[in-house]
Amino acid sequence: MTHPTDRVRRHGRRSRPARAGARTPAGGPPPRGLTALRLLLVVLFTAGLAALAPGAAHAAEDAAEQVSGTLRTSVSGPISGVEVVVTTPDGDEVGTDETDDNGRFAVELPGPGQYTVTVPEDSLPEGVEFNSGNSRTVTVDPGRNQGVIIGLDDGSRNSGGGNVRWVQLLVDGFRFGLLIAMAAVGLSLIFGTTGLTNFAHGELVTIGAIVAYFINVDGGVPLIPAALLAMVIGAGIGALNERLLWRPLRRRGTGLVAALVISIGLSLLLRYGYQIIFGGSSEAYADYRGQRAVDYGPFTLTDKDLYSIFVALVVLLLVALMLQRTKIGKAMRAVADNRDLAASSGIDVNRVILVVWMMGGALAALGGVLLGLSDEVQWDMGFRLLLLMFAGVTLGGLGTAYGALVGSIVVGVFVQMSTLVVPNDIKYVGGLLLLIVILMVRPQGILGSRVRVG
Amino acid sequence: MGEIIDALAIALKAGIGFQAVFLALLAIGINMQFGYTGLLNFGQIAFALLGGYGIAISVSQWGLNFWVGVLIGLLAAVVLALLLGLPTLRLRADYLAIATIAAAEGLRLLFRSVSATPVTNGSRGISGFNSGFVELAPWDTGRRYRLLGTFWSGADLWVTAVGWTLVALASLLVWALVRSPWGRVVRSIREDEDAVRALGKNVYVYKMQALVLGGVFGALGGMIYAVGTGSTTPDQYQNANTFLAYAALILGGAARVLGPVIGAMLMYFIIQFADSGLRSLTENGVIPDGLLTTTDVAQIRFVIIGLGLILLLVFRPQGIFGDRREVMLDAR
Repeated sequence: MTHPTDRVRRHGRRSRPARAGARTPAGGPPPRGLTALRLLLVVLFTAGLAALAPGAAHAAEDAAEQVSGTLRTSVSGPISGVEVVVTTPDGDEVGTDETDDNGRFAVELPGPGQYTVTVPEDSLPEGVEFNSGNSRTVTVDPGRNQGVIIGLDDGSRNSGGGNVRWVQLLVDGFRFGLLIAMAAVGLSLIFGTTGLTNFAHGELVTIGAIVAYFINVDGGVPLIPAALLAMVIGAGIGALNERLLWRPLRRRGTGLVAALVISIGLSLLLRYGYQIIFGGSSEAYADYRGQRAVDYGPFTLTDKDLYSIFVALVVLLLVALMLQRTKIGKAMRAVADNRDLAASSGIDVNRVILVVWMMGGALAALGGVLLGLSDEVQWDMGFRLLLLMFAGVTLGGLGTAYGALVGSIVVGVFVQMSTLVVPNDIKYVGGLLLLIVILMVRPQGILGSRVRVG
Repeated sequence: MGEIIDALAIALKAGIGFQAVFLALLAIGINMQFGYTGLLNFGQIAFALLGGYGIAISVSQWGLNFWVGVLIGLLAAVVLALLLGLPTLRLRADYLAIATIAAAEGLRLLFRSVSATPVTNGSRGISGFNSGFVELAPWDTGRRYRLLGTFWSGADLWVTAVGWTLVALASLLVWALVRSPWGRVVRSIREDEDAVRALGKNVYVYKMQALVLGGVFGALGGMIYAVGTGSTTPDQYQNANTFLAYAALILGGAARVLGPVIGAMLMYFIIQFADSGLRSLTENGVIPDGLLTTTDVAQIRFVIIGLGLILLLVFRPQGIFGDRREVMLDAR
């Protein structure tokens, strides 16, 4: 969930042994086809059914050590064709590698120990400079692929280059707020129609991003159709949520607090399931990688971020139109406002709730894809967004659709703008503090009514 | 078969080790808040974090006495409870839930941030603060002792013994409290807040007291964990632990004095057994690498917890010992 200006120092932020190719025999995600089988296996074991066959001897895999990293900045994109030299502390050369089209390099090492990674002074493109020196010394543990971070500066962090920092942050925050809003509309409507505080809503965001990743990267489908497919699947998962879990529970008369704890259980189950399937690393989509930011005067924006803003605006406008003009939209608002009254005026409440879940699932999935596009896909991206969604929804008024829109955008802008004052790595703390302050001052939110607070 | 017996022994050790004490204390705190009073504190781990770091920062960074550190940790927990309770306890239950979960995540991020590094040492954490506590042990902490088929270091044994004593005292306190007039008021708040208010009780103050008390138990749990592992890092205090404690509490039975204790022991036993069992199966190649690698096994525990929470609440919300009428299921 880092925004574009963070990426200046991003290369090798997480070492990704899996993607470095065949150089690492150990680690890396297993073939995706086995995923379902893996899950099945997990379930079998936890059910205590695992048969205890005698252990077959398993040759210890000899792990090779290597150093790897990425040279990239948000303005220049990945920097390819730069020679990276690895030496021992005594100055003996161990190996060199040229960065590929994605700016990545990896050098195999003879064994664990201390190594120095150097990028020649004059090899960087114009406008890109080293943050602090052109070499790094790292200690490599046995069998490890050690990520190396060489800080690069492309000028976009400073106010040089015609950028006005607060305008840049405002635009970034607006984009981020739209993403939060897209995911949060469903959360708020589900709360409004069923009373459920769905802590598993972040997982709907993640599943959208992950599904699109598999379709896009493993399936070779371009990202836009992949995103549409992910939305369809997201809607399907929303429907499954309602039909398989929440509707039966409502019928049983399960209380709201019990339902809330169940949603937390579901969130844990799904989230760590994703981590087993997807792995702990963060991955980018195959399309639209390494775009250069275009200069718009007071701010810069990559094309994909610009289109993300357009897509989000159009989709949210459509949602608003639907809520305002169509029959089902009016029914949603009616159920959210007063369920019993809606039911007694002939609205099929269960059908409305199902549509709300499907819509929420699809929107969350799209939000996940856009978030994955700007920040890379990660197994817990939705969960980290969840708290900001709650902040946005609470700010706007729990249970109202438009409140979620307004509140989320305010939260997004607030979080990004707060980096004017606080360091970047605690900007979310500011968002969470805002949430607590809102609860203190105006718990019903901007657009909420007093009645809901109870 | 040898692996299974090993896994059982490891699991048994985990079920009575200081990690189980940690979980039990968290769950006792949650039992006070959720089980008896009906408060949804989803950030219990934040109290544990303050407890652990209270000692770590005071002793290692500020050079204070160990017991001063304990005091600071407990005070920090009380302050956090007041801060969280002030705005939210007048509102519906889920507002407290959202605020506490946000506080737990926010505190963890704050403690591991670069700007907090001078005090908290960032994501690398602090170590070397527990010697003042370990040297109080009446036995030689350098030796290893054999107990129930597993080996314990003297220091571990000391921490565990103190930990279970704390659990016993905390349970005793909870037992006495819920039988007192105070306990009856708190339980009636859980059942019907408005009725209690109509009787002229200050519901807000009672809720706040329960929140603070539960938070202090959480802080004690965090201290035991910090002293047991000998170090604190912000990522030890992931909020998934809060839900682990919820699962333990619900498994044992909410609103029962011994529910959280039994639940925590069982929970750790189950998790550790699944963990080491799966690990040895993957290492031996019974489960091929393509299906499940040893690194995946660490995640399985959370999958189990999640699944367990869902199944328990759907099919047996009162847990093993609980009374269905005592378990709060309605929102307010």
